[in-house]
Amino acid sequence: MSNIAKAFGNKKAFLGFVTGGDPNMEICEACVFAMIRGGATLIEIGIPFSDPIAEGPVIQAANLRALAQGTTTDKIFDLVKRLRAKTQIPIVFLTYLNPVFHYGYDAFFAKCAAVGVDGIIIPDMPFEEQGELRGITQANGVDLISLIAPTSEQRIAEIARQASGFIYLVSSMGVTGTRHAITTDLSKMVRACKAATDLPVAIGFGVHTPQQAQEIRKVADGIIVGSAIVKLVENHRENAPAFIENYVRELTADA
Amino acid sequence: MKTGRFGDFGGQYIPETLMNEIHALETAYARYKDDPDFTAELGALLRDYAGRPSLLYYAEKMTKALGGARVYLKREDLNHTGSHKINNVLGQVLLAQRMGKTRVIAETGAGQHGVATATAAALLGMECEIFMGKEDTERQALNVYRMELLGSKVNPVTSGTMTLKDAVNETMREWVRRTRDTHYVLGSVMGPHPFPTIVRDFQSVISKEARAQILEREGKLPAAVVACVGGGSNAMGMFYHFIPDAGVRLIGCEAAGRGIDTPQHAASIAKGTLGVFHGMKSFFCQNDQGQIAPVYSISAGLDYPGIGPEHAHLYETGRAEYVPVTDDEAVDAFVFLARTEGIICAIESAHAVAHAIKLIPALSKDDSVILCLSGRGDKDVAAIARYQGVDIHE
Repeated sequence: MSNIAKAFGNKKAFLGFVTGGDPNMEICEACVFAMIRGGATLIEIGIPFSDPIAEGPVIQAANLRALAQGTTTDKIFDLVKRLRAKTQIPIVFLTYLNPVFHYGYDAFFAKCAAVGVDGIIIPDMPFEEQGELRGITQANGVDLISLIAPTSEQRIAEIARQASGFIYLVSSMGVTGTRHAITTDLSKMVRACKAATDLPVAIGFGVHTPQQAQEIRKVADGIIVGSAIVKLVENHRENAPAFIENYVRELTADA
Repeated sequence: MKTGRFGDFGGQYIPETLMNEIHALETAYARYKDDPDFTAELGALLRDYAGRPSLLYYAEKMTKALGGARVYLKREDLNHTGSHKINNVLGQVLLAQRMGKTRVIAETGAGQHGVATATAAALLGMECEIFMGKEDTERQALNVYRMELLGSKVNPVTSGTMTLKDAVNETMREWVRRTRDTHYVLGSVMGPHPFPTIVRDFQSVISKEARAQILEREGKLPAAVVACVGGGSNAMGMFYHFIPDAGVRLIGCEAAGRGIDTPQHAASIAKGTLGVFHGMKSFFCQNDQGQIAPVYSISAGLDYPGIGPEHAHLYETGRAEYVPVTDDEAVDAFVFLARTEGIICAIESAHAVAHAIKLIPALSKDDSVILCLSGRGDKDVAAIARYQGVDIHE
C-alpha cells in the first residue's frame, strides 16, 4: 500500500496545494505546516514552471513569484527533506513535464524516493504518454497520478484501471482557479471511476467554499484545494500561514 | 515510428481535458484529408480566393547582384492576406466546419496567422477570437485593427513575456475551457499531434507547386531551398516535397536576434536543447532548470522558443540544415530585396533572404536556389523605420 492511501482514512481527505518556493522557501514551508494543522491529509507541492498551461492566473502568478526567488528543482527536494524530518504526511508533486524531463527521469524519481515524495501529478502528460515514465516511477515507488476530466468519457475506465495513488478528478472544463458553480455531473464520473478501480477519487479545480467542499465530499473521497490557498499566500505573504490554517480548518470542519 | 512522432519528436503532451478533442481531430482529419468533396472545396478556395498557385519568380536582378546560382522567389507574399498562413487556415477552418464547430480561436505573433484566421472566419461564417501577446499588439498595431475589421475579437495576452509563446499558452487555456463548439486553428507545424502533420500537409502545397515550377523553368531540381523558421510552417511547406530529393539542400533560417552569443535570440536549433512543451517533444530555448527562456527577435513571427518536431527530426537526421540569422542581417536583406527587386518582404522572410545572400555567390551559375518569401512586409515598415532610427507616424 502506498503512503498516499493514508490520506484517505476514516474521514474524507483534504488535499492542499502550495507552489514550492512561493513567495519564498521559508514562508512556503510554514504554509505546509499550517495546512497540516488545519486538517489537510495530503500535501501537494508545485514545482514551478515558466509556462503552466493548465493553470489559471492565481497559480500562474505563484509560479512566477517562486521562479523570481530563484527556486530550483533541487531546492524543492530540499524543502521536502526538511518537511520529512517533521512529518510523514503523504506528499505529492505537481509539475509540468519539462522540469522533470530536464532533470532526467531516472535522477528525478530516484531523488523523489530518497527524500520521501509519494506521488506526482503531471498535467501535460496524459495517459497515452505516461509509458515513458511508468517503469521509472514504479521502480522508485512513486505513484504517477492520473487526471480524469469532464471530457474523458469513454477514456475513464482505461485511465482508472492503470492509475496509481489516487484519481484526480477535474471538476469542470478550463484551467485551475475558483468557480462559483460546478455544473458537471460529478457523481456520474466518480461512479465510472469506481467501476474501474478501488483507488480513492479526489476532486479539484474550482473548489473553494465550505459548501462546495461538503457537496463534493458526498460523492468523492476527498477534495483538492489549490488556487484559494495560493491566493492567501499572495495576499498575506509572511502572515499567510495563520490564514491558511483557519481556512483549511473551515473546509475540513465537517469532513 | 509511433503515431504522431517524427523519430522521438512530437507526441501529445497536453492536458487530459483536451485528449478526446485531439482524438476527434485526428479522426476527422483522417476522414476528410482525401475526401473528394473536401479537397475540391479547399482546392477551389486556394485557387479562387487565396490566389494559388503562387508565382515562382526568377529574381534576375538579385541573381546578377549576387553572382552565383539563379535565384527564384516562391511568392507566398502574393497570397490573399499577404502570407503563406492562409494555406493552412482555409484547410483547418473547413475541417472545423465538418466537425460541427462554429467558433475558431488562434494564437498570433506578427499577426499574419491571426489575420488569415480572421479572414477565413469572416468568409466561412465562423465566430473568431485571436490571442496575441500584448507586446506584439503594440509592435503590430495595424494587424490588430485589421483583425477587428474582419469581425474578430483580439485578446491581448499579458501573461509571461507577452509574446508568441504566451499567446499559444493562452489559446490552449481557452481551448481547455471550451472545446464543444471551438476549434483551435494552430498556426504552425507545432503543438500536439496531429497539428504538426495537418499544418505541414496544408502548407506542403508550397513545395508541390514549386517543385513542378522549377522543373518547368530550369529542367532540373534546385541546389537548395531556403526558408525562415520560427515554429516552421512555411519552411515545412517549402521543404516537404523536396525531402525525397537527396540532392536538394533544405535550409531553415532561425532568428538569431542580437546574436546567438547573447541571450537575445530565438534560435532553438543553434542554442536550444531537447524538451517537452506546448504539446510536443522538440528543441526549445530553456534554462538549466527546464524553464522556457524568454526569446527575442526583431520579427514577432519568429519570436518563439521552440521548433516543430518534424524540423527537429530533419535536423537530427541531417536531412535539413538550420542556420542563425541576426536582426541586422535580416534588416539589411529586407532593404536589399526592396532595392534590387522592388519587393518589400516580411521581416520573417528577410531572414531567408539574408542567408541566401551569403549562400548564393558560392554556388554554381548552373544551379538554382528557391527562397520562400513567406509574407509581404507592409506590416513591418514602421518597425524597420524605428530600427533604422527614422521617426514615422502610421
